[in-house]
Parts: sequence; C-alpha cells; structure tokens
Amino acid sequence: MKTLIEHLRILRHTLQRLLLTPNATLLNILIIGIALSLPVGGYVLLKSVQALGSQVAGTPQISVFLASGTSSSEIERIGDKLKQHNAIKRVEFVPRDTALKKLQQSTGLADVIGTLAQNPLPDAFIIYPKDGDVKTLEALRDELKTWPRFEHVQLDSAWMHKLEALLNFGRTAVIILAVLLSFALIAITFNTIRLQILTRREEIEVAKLIGATDAFIRRPFLYFGLAQGLLGGIAAWLLVAGSLLLLNHQVNTLAQFYASNFSLQHLTLSDSLTLLGFSAYLGWLGAWFSVSQHLWQIEPR
Amino acid sequence: MIKFNQVYKRYPGGHEALKNMSFDVAEGEMVYLTGHSGAGKSTLLKLIAAIERPTSGSVLVNGQNIRSIKPVAIPQLRRNIGLIFQDHKLLFDRNAFDNVMLPLQICGFDHRESAKRVRAALDKVGLLEREKANPIALSGGEQQRLCIARAIVNRPTILLADEPTGNLDTEYSNEIMNIFKSFHQVGVTLLISTHDEGILRQFPARALHLKKGELQA
Repeated sequence: MKTLIEHLRILRHTLQRLLLTPNATLLNILIIGIALSLPVGGYVLLKSVQALGSQVAGTPQISVFLASGTSSSEIERIGDKLKQHNAIKRVEFVPRDTALKKLQQSTGLADVIGTLAQNPLPDAFIIYPKDGDVKTLEALRDELKTWPRFEHVQLDSAWMHKLEALLNFGRTAVIILAVLLSFALIAITFNTIRLQILTRREEIEVAKLIGATDAFIRRPFLYFGLAQGLLGGIAAWLLVAGSLLLLNHQVNTLAQFYASNFSLQHLTLSDSLTLLGFSAYLGWLGAWFSVSQHLWQIEPR
Repeated sequence: MIKFNQVYKRYPGGHEALKNMSFDVAEGEMVYLTGHSGAGKSTLLKLIAAIERPTSGSVLVNGQNIRSIKPVAIPQLRRNIGLIFQDHKLLFDRNAFDNVMLPLQICGFDHRESAKRVRAALDKVGLLEREKANPIALSGGEQQRLCIARAIVNRPTILLADEPTGNLDTEYSNEIMNIFKSFHQVGVTLLISTHDEGILRQFPARALHLKKGELQA
C-alpha cells in the first residue's frame, strides 16, 4: 500500500514534469509518434492487402482430372475417399458432359464445340480444401497426384506465390523499419533523460547525500521514459487512425470502380494494445540505458 | 559511535588530507573539529558519511567500517546521519516544506505522518511560518536553519555539521548553536567543524584540533 502511494506520487510528479516543458514534451511525443506510425502504417497496409488477396482468391480449389475410361463405380469410390480426407472440406464431382455444357455456355465457343465428334473433356473433381495456406495446398496436390486414376491434378498457385512473395517483401521492409525506428525511439528517450539528469544533477546529489537508494533516484526517470513512450504510442495510434480515415475515403471511391468493397483495415484492439505496450517499453528501455549510463557519474563530493 | 583508527586519506595527485588520525566519539557526545581551512575538517566529515573512503586505517560508524562498506549499504548508513553543509545544498525548485520532506520521501514515509514531522522540524528551527517560501527567498541564516531541519527530520542519531556558522554573524550563529545544544541534550551525537573561537568559548565542548591533516594534542 505504502509503495503504491509512493509510485502514484512519482507518477504525478512525472506528469507534472512533462507539463513543465510543454513544447519540448509535445515535440518529443510527436517525433516518437511519427517514427512509430511508419511501421505501424505499413503493417496495417499489409494486413489489408493480405485480406484482399484471400478475398480475391475466394476459396482455393484443386481440380483433379480423371483418366478416361474410369468407371462410374470407381468414380463413386474415389469420391467417398476424397470426402473422408482430413484436409478436404468439400468435394464436387463434375461429369464430363456437364463440363462440356458449361464450357459451351461460358466461353461462347458453342459453335466450335458443336463441331466436335466426341467430348474431349475428362471427368473431374473439384476439391475445396479446409486450409488456404499455399504450402498445405501444395502438399495436398502432391499427395493426390499419387492416387490411382488421377491423370492430372491442378492447383493454380503461381499467383498466390507471387502475392505471398510480395507480402513477404513488405513484411521484411516493415520489420526493418520497425527495428530501426525502435532504436531511434530509444535514442530519443536516452537523450531526453540525459538532459534531465544533467539539469537535476543537484537534486540527485542531495538525494544521495541524504540516503536515497539508486532505485529511488532511478525511478522518476524510468517513469518519465515510460510515460513519454506511452504518449508517443498514443500519438502514433492517432496518426495511423487519422490517416486511415482520410485514405479509406479515397480507397472506397477507387474500389467502387472495381466493384469491390475493399477498405484499409483498422488496428484491432490487440494490435493497438501491443503498439502502446511496445512504445511504453521502448521508452522505459531508453530511460534505463540513459540512467545506468549517467547516474553513477553523479556522486556527491 | 564513531571511531577513527590510524586513518590516512590521500587524494589522487598525492595530496595527503588526513594523516594517522585516531580518535573516538562516544554516543551522545558533542565534539568540535577545529583548525584552519585546508586542515582536513571537511575530509574527516566526508569519511564519516562515506562520501569519501579512507586510503588506509579504519573508520567505524555505528559499527560499520567505511573503508569496506558496500555501495548498497551506504544509503542506510546516511539515513542515520544528518548532514549540515556550509553551502546548505537546498533545492530551489521546491519550497521549504518540500525540501525538508525529501529525506522522508526517500525513506518511504506515509505522507500524513511525514507532514507532521516536517512541521515539527520546521518549528524546531523557527521556520514554521516560512514553509511555503522558496529557499532562495530566505536569508543566509534561515537557509542554514532549513538545512538543519532537513538534517534532523529523519531523527538521525548522528549530526555532522560542516562550518554551520561559517558565513553568519554572531546573533545567527548563537541561534544555530542553541539548536545544536538542544539536540545534544536529547542524546544526538554531534560533530561540528568550525573555526569560530567565539562559539567554542560560548558553547564549550571537547574539541579535536586539526593541523595540516594531523590531530594536535
């Protein structure tokens, strides 16, 4: 209880000190906010694109073309076997006649097809897997290829690979940005705290002379770093939220041309909390480095 | 309470501030440190508060040897020692009340209990009505008394005063010496450095005379 009151007192002092130099505080918070908003914005963008990707892809499918001359009892058996497969959600059988009809209807090649003496299409299964992940799909495809009577197994994964590669590129870029700007945040806090320690040198000296422990002297600085980091995180959140608001307005107009309801996704609650927690932690860390670097130099003489 | 045994203090650069210093101060005793400036009075006080460490010999304070004391144990040692500085070392970013409050905050005292103690300490030195004043607005004598209030608020068993009457005229000096006398009467161990002969005559007590870092018989 006593320590809680003590911590609250220091917290109040910290906020007072932040308010004591409003311009410097505001500037610092803004710098931290901008630095953090860049990787966070990139992350939001990536998430939206990823969502768009899976939306466009719909449910990925695997088409299986059977060897010609497969009997209907065999087809039935294969169908049952596919339905029981763990990785498969749903199976649709497309008889060769139906496929031909569909082709006639959808492609406008009715005349050409009409001239064909016999149906060149094989019987086929369209398989809807449970998992949309590229690697799982490919594993399933490779497995199906080994089944008897399966002449051709087709998974259209090339464009998924491209999207995945693009997203990975984006992710790496965001991570690099995040790491670099995290260091920047730590550096900003480090310097702010260094200046504070220098200006409060006298106070630190006196406190040491009258029996303050290192923890007692360190605490307000750590709180300051923490508070500054947290406020910077809030600034970053506001910057990202505001930008999304502006961008989404434009994106909606654009998406309408493509008959899409695509819009940039907002930060989820857990994303937001992670952002705030991370920025507060970085602030604390910067303060900690600064304090452990500078405090021991101040010894009363 | 305080025991020096063959203490030497050599500063980097070779200056020998204290040479072969041995003496005892009993619990509740009041002792003067006299001598010219540069005789080693301040160094001696700094050794007791572990601001400096002896080069050789042992300094025992409350049974603890300053020569080998661990850094983590220093805060606890200092909480038991009230330090009064010639230059006061008051903080000008807060009022008189908060200056005296600082040692209690450091020890983690309950706020209401602390406020009572701070007022009692300010009352003791006659500054109760000035609690809201910034130390910079106080006279030299008042600043010195505020420094005393801060030193005693924690009820230490040892008080070390470095030239407490250094820059003060006789009237203020006597005020401050009367305050010290009252602490002596309640059993606080006092070590006061001074070069003021008048005080020695008016408030007689044992005196350790230092000359060029050595104790004079």
